[in-house]
Amino acid sequence: MSQSPHYDEFTYIGKHRRAVEHRRFVVGKGNYAGDVLKLGTLHVAIVASPYASAKILKIDAAAALAIPGVEAVVTGAEINSAVLPVLPGVDAPSVKRFPLAHEVTRYSGEWVCVVVAKSRAIAEDAAELIQVDYEELPYVLDPEIAIKDDSHHVHADAGTNLIFNRQFVWGPVEEDFTKADHQLSYRVKWARSSTVPIETFALTCEWSDATGILDIWASVQMPKYPEQIASALQLPTNSVRVHYDVDVGGSYGVKRGLKHAILVGYLAKKLGKPIRFIEDRLENMRGGDMQGPDRLFEVTLGFQQDGEITCMKMCALEDIGAYAGRSPLQLGKPIGAISGPYRIKSVSYLAQAVLTNKTPQEAVRGFGQSPTNYALESGIDKVARFLKMDPIALRKRNLIHKDEFPYLIPSGTSYDSGDYSTVLDKALAEANLNQLIAQRDAFRAEGKLAGIGISTCLEPSGGNSSFEPLFNPKNETTTWMESCVVKIDLGGRVTALMATSSSGQAHETLVSTVVGEVLLQHPDSVRVLHADSLNALPSNSPVGSRMAIMLGGAAAGAAKKLKAKLIAIAAEQFGVSSEDMTFTGSEVFVNNAPEKNITWVDLVAIAHRKYHQMPKGMEPGLQEKFVWEVPTGGDLPDEQGRVHMYPCHSFESHVVLVSIDPEIGKAKIHRYVCGHDCGVMISPDVVHGMTYGGIAHGIGAALMEKFAYSAEGQFLSGTFMDYLLPSSSEVPAITIIDHCTPSPLTEFGQKGSGEAGYLGSPAAIANAINDALATINKSIDFLPMTPNAIWNAIQQDTTY
Amino acid sequence: MKAAPFDYHLAENLSHTKNLLKEYGDDVKLIAGGQSLVPMMAMRLAKPSHLIDIARIDELQLISSLEESIRIGAGVKQCVLENHPLTSQIPLLSAVVPWIGHHQTRNRGTIGGSLAHADPSAELPLIAVILQAKIHCENIDTQRINSAKDFFLGPMWTTLEAQECLTHIDWPIWHGTGIGYAFEETSIRQGDFAMASAATQLQVDASGKLMRIHCGVGGMGGTPYSFEDMTSPLIGQTLSKELIHGFSEQAIQQTEPATDLHANAAYRRNLAKTLLRRTIEQSLAMATSSFQHHLR
Amino acid sequence: MKNISINLQVNGKQVSSNIEPRTSLVDFLRDELRLTGTHVGCEHGICGACTVLLNGGPVRSCCMFAVQANGLEVTTVEGLAPERGQLSKIQDAFCEKHGLQCGFCTPGMLITCQALINKNPHPSEAEIRDAISGNLCRCTGYQQIVDAVVFATKETS
Repeated sequence: MSQSPHYDEFTYIGKHRRAVEHRRFVVGKGNYAGDVLKLGTLHVAIVASPYASAKILKIDAAAALAIPGVEAVVTGAEINSAVLPVLPGVDAPSVKRFPLAHEVTRYSGEWVCVVVAKSRAIAEDAAELIQVDYEELPYVLDPEIAIKDDSHHVHADAGTNLIFNRQFVWGPVEEDFTKADHQLSYRVKWARSSTVPIETFALTCEWSDATGILDIWASVQMPKYPEQIASALQLPTNSVRVHYDVDVGGSYGVKRGLKHAILVGYLAKKLGKPIRFIEDRLENMRGGDMQGPDRLFEVTLGFQQDGEITCMKMCALEDIGAYAGRSPLQLGKPIGAISGPYRIKSVSYLAQAVLTNKTPQEAVRGFGQSPTNYALESGIDKVARFLKMDPIALRKRNLIHKDEFPYLIPSGTSYDSGDYSTVLDKALAEANLNQLIAQRDAFRAEGKLAGIGISTCLEPSGGNSSFEPLFNPKNETTTWMESCVVKIDLGGRVTALMATSSSGQAHETLVSTVVGEVLLQHPDSVRVLHADSLNALPSNSPVGSRMAIMLGGAAAGAAKKLKAKLIAIAAEQFGVSSEDMTFTGSEVFVNNAPEKNITWVDLVAIAHRKYHQMPKGMEPGLQEKFVWEVPTGGDLPDEQGRVHMYPCHSFESHVVLVSIDPEIGKAKIHRYVCGHDCGVMISPDVVHGMTYGGIAHGIGAALMEKFAYSAEGQFLSGTFMDYLLPSSSEVPAITIIDHCTPSPLTEFGQKGSGEAGYLGSPAAIANAINDALATINKSIDFLPMTPNAIWNAIQQDTTY
Repeated sequence: MKAAPFDYHLAENLSHTKNLLKEYGDDVKLIAGGQSLVPMMAMRLAKPSHLIDIARIDELQLISSLEESIRIGAGVKQCVLENHPLTSQIPLLSAVVPWIGHHQTRNRGTIGGSLAHADPSAELPLIAVILQAKIHCENIDTQRINSAKDFFLGPMWTTLEAQECLTHIDWPIWHGTGIGYAFEETSIRQGDFAMASAATQLQVDASGKLMRIHCGVGGMGGTPYSFEDMTSPLIGQTLSKELIHGFSEQAIQQTEPATDLHANAAYRRNLAKTLLRRTIEQSLAMATSSFQHHLR
Repeated sequence: MKNISINLQVNGKQVSSNIEPRTSLVDFLRDELRLTGTHVGCEHGICGACTVLLNGGPVRSCCMFAVQANGLEVTTVEGLAPERGQLSKIQDAFCEKHGLQCGFCTPGMLITCQALINKNPHPSEAEIRDAISGNLCRCTGYQQIVDAVVFATKETS
């Protein structure tokens, strides 16, 4: 399949290219946090509470401390008075979060005390000997109960479990509902799941009295990480150095690591030795940053007989667990695409975040967008069945048309560009819809249940801080920047410096491609390094599918400044102005007079060594930085909570064929096609890879992944025998079909795509399974759709 | 997840093993492949003070032909079972091996280890019960034989005493024509422990009448179930769809399926019944088609 | 608890050590030999990140104590390349086809793929998926891994 003509203008962008990072990964020379071993390192193991809710009566560490090789046991009593708590992103100052529990534990798995020893094995031996006396307390697990005033309060001082509760109304919703021919209400539940990387969170902290610097090597993906650690440890912000050249073994949103770093940073300072903590899988699953959205949706759609969907009411109740991490902000980001790819004119959105005695929820790929897409897309299919309309035709009736961009949605975001129908059509053509229907019908004739599922979903990309002031008006912030430094050294070699860590997104490849494109140097000759947080320029981390846009933009910006400088130096040599010059990368020459040229090598020599030949007043050397604000950022929300969220809007359309053996209930995916439009892809191989991976995440969330709790609040999903990740046998062959609608907001027309695949996959799979179940008048409205769950749905007498 | 400290002993032969077992009494575990034991030790669910490594004992890794059975040493690795010329005489046994875990598991895990561990969802215990295998155990003083059915007492619980070693298992060979077998299991992911499994081996005569049938289900939460006692009304019959249906329905009533994270009792019961029915149907088809092959 | 002396071959070189028996093989490789290419993902035998070759067959090195490997041959990802600065065919194919992203599952995945190719020089896609079903990846969705093995094993004319 040939590439879009939008790529014709590029030399390197959009081409097949091997990733720089992979060279070290395939020979086992990655630099992961668990590989870092400083001399004299001590190791950490955690003692965790087994109870949903309990008072800590006593901690007896005498036997533990007696084991040779044990250096210290630290409890919440000590650390919580030495560090400042981390507060939620919403206005709930009494929901304080410390690294260790003190006096009270609030979830099964909460860290109660920590052992430091010469080896991890000894630390675990000691941890087993620590006696903690608990008194069990009341607890609440069900968010629909926790929301009530008379339920047990997870944080007594908060006076409530409902720490965020806001009703947004955008447009004349009530009026539009009265005018609608029909309305349809439904409930769907997104199970507590997450993207669970194979590498757990790991870090080493080392404090130096001599320099006053706390060094941190961590497997992390977290905006403003050093600053929050410095704040909690009451250190100056320029005393914390996070090493971003650590390779992160997958994150997909989750590795926030604040309590880890505050705990281990404290220990490093206290003991004067490097301290390393590598979560084992048990610590990771129950008490780490592993758990994600756990959301109940109640949705009402208002629509006309001809299929036009005019209005929507959505209530989202989020069970955030016992503390607030990056949740409840995950209720906020989807506001930037609340009406999906459709022309829904008015929307009301009730966002509620409720505390329960479960592990706190952290950020997950998409930051709440995938659950929201699942909720909306489920409704689209329900409307189609109600109207006895083809779900493809219904979508086409409502999809924003390519000529309507930029398109302003009721909640204040403007979608930059798109061609949704074309992407859907391409996906359907690739899947060969007629053949798919024939296959589906053949399965049905054999006695199986079978269905085709479609989803058409937005991937907002680029990031923005706007959901922070939206969810906490006291937090007036509008900056969400990214930076890059590019330099050309005395030898004429290009080096770029990026300001954050990477977890598989191939940013070194991204930056070298972009810089190579602008400077017309082969990308393989451009070296890209990761700064540390002290010598880095500001960054906000690879979150929100933002790096192709923001880091790509920053790298391009810095490279363009360098290019302009080279041209200016060249122009100076010939006594002309920059506009009169042509730049080819290897040389610069006067327009239409190629014999008047000067090479890259010579220009570099002038800049570095021949000040006498430089334009007057020009800074010597060749080094430029570029720091920029997210395009369309900078505005605070208005009183209705309208604000422009993310800048660029990628789009995906999934087409899935599923069959179900009705006696067994297990769904099998036979065909998976994803139409994907993220504008110009700087590194298509990388984008495709992340899309396949996102779909695999979605398959897991749809069919098998759930963090489960017993009725007593005991955590049940601590191992990979309980929490099931899809293997190569569960993820089918996937076909991606690309489309390119460039963004008008970016240098090359690129949009972000780090969350691709995950955002539309559970929706499409759920729609396929419900298409199958609809033939017997059944439905399933919660995830995961395990064999048992589907079988239950088949047995029940529930018409919809 | 690091194991608690222990002392390690490499057993040179079976006699050495039995001596070590006696010497270290109750706080000792044998390790062969370790695919079940090592994770348990990592999670500190098992904390033996002494570990005896029996993986290098040649006499535990023999496979030999007896008159009516194949004798397989407890230390034979699962990957060896899959393609060994002798195990082809116990085709139901070789057929289930690809279902056990993944390639990595089978490169280390042993047949004896799986039987001794007795996970309710494991494949080999079910096949051992269905095929009426004879399990040989020894300690320093005695040698004894259990039928597979008697060997398994409950979930993760067998008749193996603290100082005993499982040495070998005898698998009866079925001779003659008109034999069919089938195995089915359902798990959420390939290689996981089954939510339920079923196995059947039967023999019909040239007119399609049932001569004998061994069948049962696993993954129910306790020990594997064998329905031998219920099969007499089927003997001499031509197995119709209705008969197979009715039998499966009836057989499952005998079971007490457990509820766990992945499957509740009702689902498990229905799954087991379905898989049992299907393995009987598939075995029957295989058995009757073997005659058609003959006729050609 | 007594330490045990072991002697084994790792990536073609003889290695001796005197270690605690409870040291897992993966921890021995990473901490003692500083071969940090093999990774720890779960320590209970599911994810496959720790996969190494033991006498040529892929095994989970988290499910073995190092003492159990005495006298045997271990190959890790560091031992796959034919020479310094070169890549084996499968390593090269992973790079060409982007069969990885974060790289954390990759060493185990490469070992499993190499073992497959050693036994079956031209595996089908179904055989590839079956072979790697014991190696979990959260980045790639497996598609480009399968593509890489197909690429590495295609007939060259």
